Amino acid sequence: MTILPGESVKQKIEIANLNVYYGDFHALINVGMNISDKTITAIIGPSGCGKSTLLRSLNRMNELIDGSQINGEILLDGRNIYEIDIFSLRKRVGMVFQRPNPFPLSVFNNITYGPRVHGENRQRVLAEKVEQSLNAVHLWDELKDRLKTNALTLTDEQKQRLCIARLLAVEPEVLLMDEPCSTLDPIATLRIEELMRNLAQDYLIVIVTHNMQQAARVSDFAGFMLLGELIEFGKTQNIFTSPKDKRTEDFLLGKFG
Amino acid sequence: MKTNLPILRFQPIDFQRLVKIGLWIMTMITLLVLFFIIIFVVSKGIRVVNSEFLFGLPERMGKEGGILPTIIGTIYLTVLAIIIATPLGVGSAIYLTEYTKENIFTKIIRFGADCLAGIPSIIFGLFGFILFVIKFGLGWSIISGGLTLAFMILPTIIRTSEEAIRAVPLSYREVSTALGGSKWQTISQVVLPNAVPGILTGVILSIGRCIAETACVIFTAGSSLRIPTSLFDSSRTMAVHFYILTREGISMERAYGTAVILIISIILVNFLAYWIMYRFIRRKGGHGG
Repeated sequence: MTILPGESVKQKIEIANLNVYYGDFHALINVGMNISDKTITAIIGPSGCGKSTLLRSLNRMNELIDGSQINGEILLDGRNIYEIDIFSLRKRVGMVFQRPNPFPLSVFNNITYGPRVHGENRQRVLAEKVEQSLNAVHLWDELKDRLKTNALTLTDEQKQRLCIARLLAVEPEVLLMDEPCSTLDPIATLRIEELMRNLAQDYLIVIVTHNMQQAARVSDFAGFMLLGELIEFGKTQNIFTSPKDKRTEDFLLGKFG
Repeated sequence: MKTNLPILRFQPIDFQRLVKIGLWIMTMITLLVLFFIIIFVVSKGIRVVNSEFLFGLPERMGKEGGILPTIIGTIYLTVLAIIIATPLGVGSAIYLTEYTKENIFTKIIRFGADCLAGIPSIIFGLFGFILFVIKFGLGWSIISGGLTLAFMILPTIIRTSEEAIRAVPLSYREVSTALGGSKWQTISQVVLPNAVPGILTGVILSIGRCIAETACVIFTAGSSLRIPTSLFDSSRTMAVHFYILTREGISMERAYGTAVILIISIILVNFLAYWIMYRFIRRKGGHGG
């Protein structure tokens, strides 16, 4: 099944007939969706429905799992992601994880890790990237005097912002977020959501979330997944107000999940 | 069980107290034995320990004079063994943890390393004697001794390094990979720096074993009392010196004097190991928060 938001617009990501297997387990079944640039797409659904698998297919992180097998087509700017060098693919399609996971290094070294991995060693450029990235996540004022402190001493919200900043420093085009707020308190969650809205002006964001309200608040498009299938995909407003599929409606009403 | 004696009706709480006392006694016995050994050795040997003993040359086969050559010999052999064994051990550990999937082959390697760690050191000594001293014609020398000691401690270093590398959170590897880092960049820049304290702990414990080793060294490095000037010179370690002084009845007093220095160096090395482990644990604890 394929639904095209804004059919005429050139799509940033095109997924067609995507199937993922973990050993015998069929984790994603014929998933197809198109995602346009500078939008936020939320993937919702109960645990184990394949949300994270879909997300991790986009930057080929699934391949790290033993026995995983992937069929189908994922295009980034019209190019098959399997034809792109894997390191530059992951540079273009970055990921924010569920638990804030800064390295046990200084704030500065956390952010410069990505650029250094991609060969940037000039201190001046690195320092600029740190300032830009921290500014983009609204941490610069808080942390500009504490660039040398260990990132593990930050608050959870700061850590997650730092992780986003660390990602922005490699200049990605797509941000994949795997339940980025699930370990944060409600106020921090709202602030991160605000940040996501800001970032959506420059990036394509795909977010996996358990939190229906979050999906409704933050996303432009939403996809509902169940048992490995993409049941429904479309404008968030339409999905939440007038779902076409009975299963989507039941899930949104809290009948299961 | 039926019992009519009310006195014997143990409540769990009483049993718990009894167990606690029993465990306390066991701990005390262990500590007492340890302290007894140390006090015994120190009281017999401390009188001869002075700067001349530490920095002087031995005279009359060690009956008089100092133990400087044996201190130097111990340092040479230990340093050489560590220099050889650490890269080999850490390299193997990286390969086993990061580049192989868990299968029968890795299980055999791990089992082999565990067995090797339990082999009596005198076997390593004989092996080193036959291979390095005789076969390779290296003679009784620091190089033969160092190589043999390196093989002796290699299994320990592999296993402790493996544990240390495995203990590095998976999320660090994931992030590094997701940022576009290659496998080697991830290992060298994220995994290894975080595993260093654990690896160092294994290395330091191995240093202790090298310092204390006798059987392995006496067959391979010999027992020359001169200060070694090259890797191909024979040399005597403190532990071997102690053994020979006692065995040949040269000087019990000086044997115990040597033992005091030996014990002090081992204690220092162990303190270092605990300090590093303490820091390691604290750091890991910090990560959870």
